[in-house]
Amino acid sequence: MPYDTPSDLEAFRTEVREWLDENCPESMRTPMPEDEVVWGGRREKFKNPDSKIWLERMGEKGWTAPTWPTEYGGGGLSREQAKVLDEEMRRINARTPLFSFGLWMFGPALIEFGNEEQKKRFLPDIVMGKTRWCQGYSEPGAGSDLAGLQTKCEDKGDHYLINGQKVWTSYADQADWIFCLVRTDSSVKHEGISFILFDMESEGVETRPIKLISGSSPFCETFFNDVKVPKDQLVGEVNGGWKIAKRLLQHERSSISASGFGSARGSGMLGPEEYAKIHVGTDKDGKVLDGDLRGRIADHMMYAKAFNLTVRRSGEQAKAGQEVGHTASIIKYAAAKMNQDKFELMIEALGTEGLGWEGEGFDKGAKMATRGWLRSKGNSIEGGTSEVNLNVVAKRVLGLREHQ
Amino acid sequence: MTFVLTEDQEMLRDTAVNFTRDELPVKHLRTLRDNGKNGVDAEARQKLAELGFFGVLIPEEYDGVGMGLTAMGQVMEAQGRTLASTPLLQTACIGASAILLGGTEAQKKEWLPNIASGEVTTALALDEGSHHNPTGVATEAESNGQGYTLNGAKKYVQDGHHADVFIVVGRTFGEAGDTHGLTLFLVPRDAKGVSVQTLNTVDSHGAAHLTLEDVQVDEAHVLGAPDKGHDILEPVLDRARIALAAEMLGSSLAAFEMTLEYLQTRKQFGQLIGSFQALQHRAAQMFTDIELTKSCVAAALSAVDEQRNDIAELASLAKARAGETVHLVSNDTVQLHGGIGMTDDHESGFYMKRARVQEALLGSASFHRDRYAQMNGF
Repeated sequence: MPYDTPSDLEAFRTEVREWLDENCPESMRTPMPEDEVVWGGRREKFKNPDSKIWLERMGEKGWTAPTWPTEYGGGGLSREQAKVLDEEMRRINARTPLFSFGLWMFGPALIEFGNEEQKKRFLPDIVMGKTRWCQGYSEPGAGSDLAGLQTKCEDKGDHYLINGQKVWTSYADQADWIFCLVRTDSSVKHEGISFILFDMESEGVETRPIKLISGSSPFCETFFNDVKVPKDQLVGEVNGGWKIAKRLLQHERSSISASGFGSARGSGMLGPEEYAKIHVGTDKDGKVLDGDLRGRIADHMMYAKAFNLTVRRSGEQAKAGQEVGHTASIIKYAAAKMNQDKFELMIEALGTEGLGWEGEGFDKGAKMATRGWLRSKGNSIEGGTSEVNLNVVAKRVLGLREHQ
Repeated sequence: MTFVLTEDQEMLRDTAVNFTRDELPVKHLRTLRDNGKNGVDAEARQKLAELGFFGVLIPEEYDGVGMGLTAMGQVMEAQGRTLASTPLLQTACIGASAILLGGTEAQKKEWLPNIASGEVTTALALDEGSHHNPTGVATEAESNGQGYTLNGAKKYVQDGHHADVFIVVGRTFGEAGDTHGLTLFLVPRDAKGVSVQTLNTVDSHGAAHLTLEDVQVDEAHVLGAPDKGHDILEPVLDRARIALAAEMLGSSLAAFEMTLEYLQTRKQFGQLIGSFQALQHRAAQMFTDIELTKSCVAAALSAVDEQRNDIAELASLAKARAGETVHLVSNDTVQLHGGIGMTDDHESGFYMKRARVQEALLGSASFHRDRYAQMNGF
């Protein structure tokens, strides 16, 4: 059903509005507490029973994956229609029914690189939130230099055998399946990597959560000890995994950056200027008393505004068919700096109130700010370090040469 | 908010970029400097007029082309690229905006066609100290029955050394620091009691200190309502700050491109110096800063054309960000060029000297951070 003209889009909007009106439970139109976020999968408990109903209804429409083809369970919507759906959901403050690495990262890559049988097998369960995926990329010896990964994948005739270790695997202890980069040829680097899928309940898989400087985290260490994987679970060509990995990293970087590393909305945290007003105090004109801190907060806010305008500019220019690769390449770098500056200013403005760890005696939002400050240090490391980002800009965008 | 230029705006940009590259390169500014011209160039003024650049903001009914500030910004960016010394900021942006926003129909008819044709140039005589301070005006403007008598002094008036008419901000009520009580006056350069002290400035563009001694201005030359000059001045200043930010973006881009080219040609230790990671990262950081500033300038320019209500906020954002960017880029331009960057023969120094003037004019980054904080309630 092509909805190309404005009037078709308006008809679609009416349809969406009516459907949401009937199908979105009342409690799904309220701000979502952290512990009611639905990630789906075998272990999902649906703390709020309405969120199960909401996920099922949206999943059946394919609207958890609005632009995926209908034959794989998606909504089959055009980009314009997906935008209308998004706008209508926002209008009634509808919750996002499903958070999922399958939706954001793995699915788009499988649509591009998977075979028909794999797409039919895996995509519908992602749309319905039945399978929760995790990503097996980094290894203890392969961080910034991801292509140096060593997890071994041997062809044993009727199956593959996997041995090795992954690290920084987000939610590995909660996930049902993993999409994983493995080494199928150790005589070459990038050309010896394959992209493979397997069940986390397979024999020989073990996960251990990682505790960070900011406390508990979704990250895990993941160990593979003689894990047997059926041969039809390798995506693309043997030794052809690197181009899939690169495409996936693009999805990861754009979803990390566009979110600006998550917002403070609904968390009880305030912005640095609000904390400064409360904890530093203001003069009779409402100016924060510490002029130096005030100037640095203003500088940060202006940087953040410039960042947001740049994301918008890049989007608009892309829509107009202009080349925006140059702009996109700096967004991850700038987002990391912006978020780290924000948290440094927040705890500085909070003073000792920002130096609590847990328990009574500290404001809830302030404690989150403290944890957020520590966590933000990872922003310039995860998904490509800032230094690697600058290397990429220098070489690919500015055309500077490799050192000989 | 739009970030994509229309075809007309793109054509104007191309015209302006080609013109400044071919006719007003940095070499030209050097020649003006070496011949003691102090940035004044009658021939260039004539060419700018022929290209219609003076009338970009002026509606067609007053003989302009009425293309708006986004279009003007493209011309300003082009002149920033080559550090061209022109009357465009003071005349095409400030003079035209002040008369459009504050003038009576008779004043518009009298001044705007002459501005558009390049026959009349203007200069805003506002600041009295060495820092931008629009409400800090102490220059007395006393009502005398038929008009006003002005007494006071104005500092570092850009284009003051050659402009035909000054837009003088005087105080008709209250005291320095008050927003109420400011009034704008159109004062011809040759009016009795006006003395001009020409300044040789670091950027070779020149400027002037003005002294006003019992200068008589009649009612017809009051711009806007008496005591309420601030209502015109603020929007005019914001347009000028945005236009200047566009110029600063142009200077940053040109200095950066020059530096990048040097990194790709200069060899030391048997290597192109651009292959050293320490220098690559500095280049990538400059590029990031420029990209962010580009977005601020484009947003601010289009905010004026769309008559949005966040013009003031975006003006401060654009001027402050452009100030920080041109500061960083001009300093790094000298440093990354090494010894040659310290010589007068090279153009690095021209960019750094002009950058500091651009930064100070119409409010430094610090001034605009303070204003931004105030507008955001802290």
